[in-house]
Amino acid sequence: MPDDINEEQKPPEADPGPADQSDAHAAQQVPEDAATHEEVAAPAVLRTTGPAGEPVRSVSAAERRRMNRRELLKLIPVLALGAFAVPKLREPLLNEGLHLSDWVSGKLFGRQRLAQTFRDSDVVAFERFPYNYYDVADPGVDLERWTLTVEGLVQRPGDYKLSQIQALPKVTQNTRHVCVEGWDVIGSFGGTRASDFLRSIGADTSARFLEAECVDGYYESIDMGTVLHPQTLFCYEMYGKPLDRGHGAPLRLQMPTKLGYKQAKYLDTIRVSNVLRADKRGYWEDQGYDWYGGL
Amino acid sequence: MATIANARKQNVIDSPPVTIAYEHPWVVRFAHWVNAVALLVLVGTGLQIFRAFPSFGPKIPQKNLIDVPKLITLGGWLGGALQWHFTFMWIFVASGLMYVIYQLATGHWRQVLFTARDIKGVWPMARYYFFFGPKPVVDAAYNPLQKLAYTSTVFFGVISTLTGMALYKPVQFWWLAWLMGGFHLARIWHFLSMCGFLAFIPGHLIMVLLHGWNNFYSMVTGWKRDPEYVE
Repeated sequence: MPDDINEEQKPPEADPGPADQSDAHAAQQVPEDAATHEEVAAPAVLRTTGPAGEPVRSVSAAERRRMNRRELLKLIPVLALGAFAVPKLREPLLNEGLHLSDWVSGKLFGRQRLAQTFRDSDVVAFERFPYNYYDVADPGVDLERWTLTVEGLVQRPGDYKLSQIQALPKVTQNTRHVCVEGWDVIGSFGGTRASDFLRSIGADTSARFLEAECVDGYYESIDMGTVLHPQTLFCYEMYGKPLDRGHGAPLRLQMPTKLGYKQAKYLDTIRVSNVLRADKRGYWEDQGYDWYGGL
Repeated sequence: MATIANARKQNVIDSPPVTIAYEHPWVVRFAHWVNAVALLVLVGTGLQIFRAFPSFGPKIPQKNLIDVPKLITLGGWLGGALQWHFTFMWIFVASGLMYVIYQLATGHWRQVLFTARDIKGVWPMARYYFFFGPKPVVDAAYNPLQKLAYTSTVFFGVISTLTGMALYKPVQFWWLAWLMGGFHLARIWHFLSMCGFLAFIPGHLIMVLLHGWNNFYSMVTGWKRDPEYVE
């Protein structure tokens, strides 16, 4: 605390006129103003300091008001939170918060840190693995003529058949699928490592993003760090069987390091890129979900 | 100087001096109010998020635990609530850390930390607060019940932060999730830590209304009039 408070309260307030210059010692010898003075001078003090270690003081009412006002003004910075109540500022502020969270999420991501894998006995029954879709469970993909279109920063763009993807080493993994809603299930997935496929077609893995467009109109974009993660799959099998139509046949993304909404189903086109269009970051992300969506 | 002396004289004539104690330094008050707002937002949006899957069991078959009324939630929908939640979690943690670090650095934590010695004083104080017991002698800055309440908020704050981290990044913070018995249980602990806050808040507010106008005042300006430890 600044010294002036001490200073100002030191002289006994009851001291009239000329005695104003006198010190506290002199004041105690003046019995006239004892009525108010004694209350202050001789309280049954249990403690002489507040929790902050500051001594208990006796001040005039006006002085107290002044001290209160000054301390109240110091709390003005708290009102900055009120910016969240202003409609015009709210969205930019929340976007900043989301960006911060996404930025930290990206920093926390361990490129080689594996998500927990489970024994077959821990896997939930196939019937109890939820079908989650945003529009239709079966967008009517022509499985016979289906190809994956590859665009962007790759040496060999073009249309790839499922058999070409399946020709690469197959990975099967029992991992946890976590939905943004809060539920989770442990499932069994099989497919080709995204990193294997991208390298086989000469993709620029130093690019920042992999964008995905789906047959049902869903779209997603994933950071390259996650795309190259050893557990990130172009998944064509669940529970040892070809992906069924409800789960995204014939090909979907499967990433145990991401939330469910990032794992696009019914893949149609993928694009390696360094730029995301503002309105094409992801179906749910464009409505407010966080883009990173990492676990 | 003459005018100050005059003003002082005037005040003495107008009203007797008052005893005041500087109870809450700026850091504590700032952290308290910022944290209070953040907590309100986090609970409201947390309940909204919970509404998306109000169960701790499997997705199939889904058995809803409770139906959280939309009225007491914030954020509008799951995505909106997550935006608020992921923004205010930083504000909550920052203000919490600010308080804890300050208390540790100044040594003030000794006055507010609930310890084994305070246990015996909790019941008499509760009895007094609820109007069926004599007022226990208060010779410390905080009475045992206050210490219990304030210490528990720090505890719930730490638990909700750690469980939140486990939920937000169960793969990166796998060890946290593991400590909590897995992702599933972490979600339950996170919910229970909110329940802890929900148990504290009404009690805290009722105490302020019944007994603590001075306390409220000192949490705003720092200065408390007629502190009870000075009789």
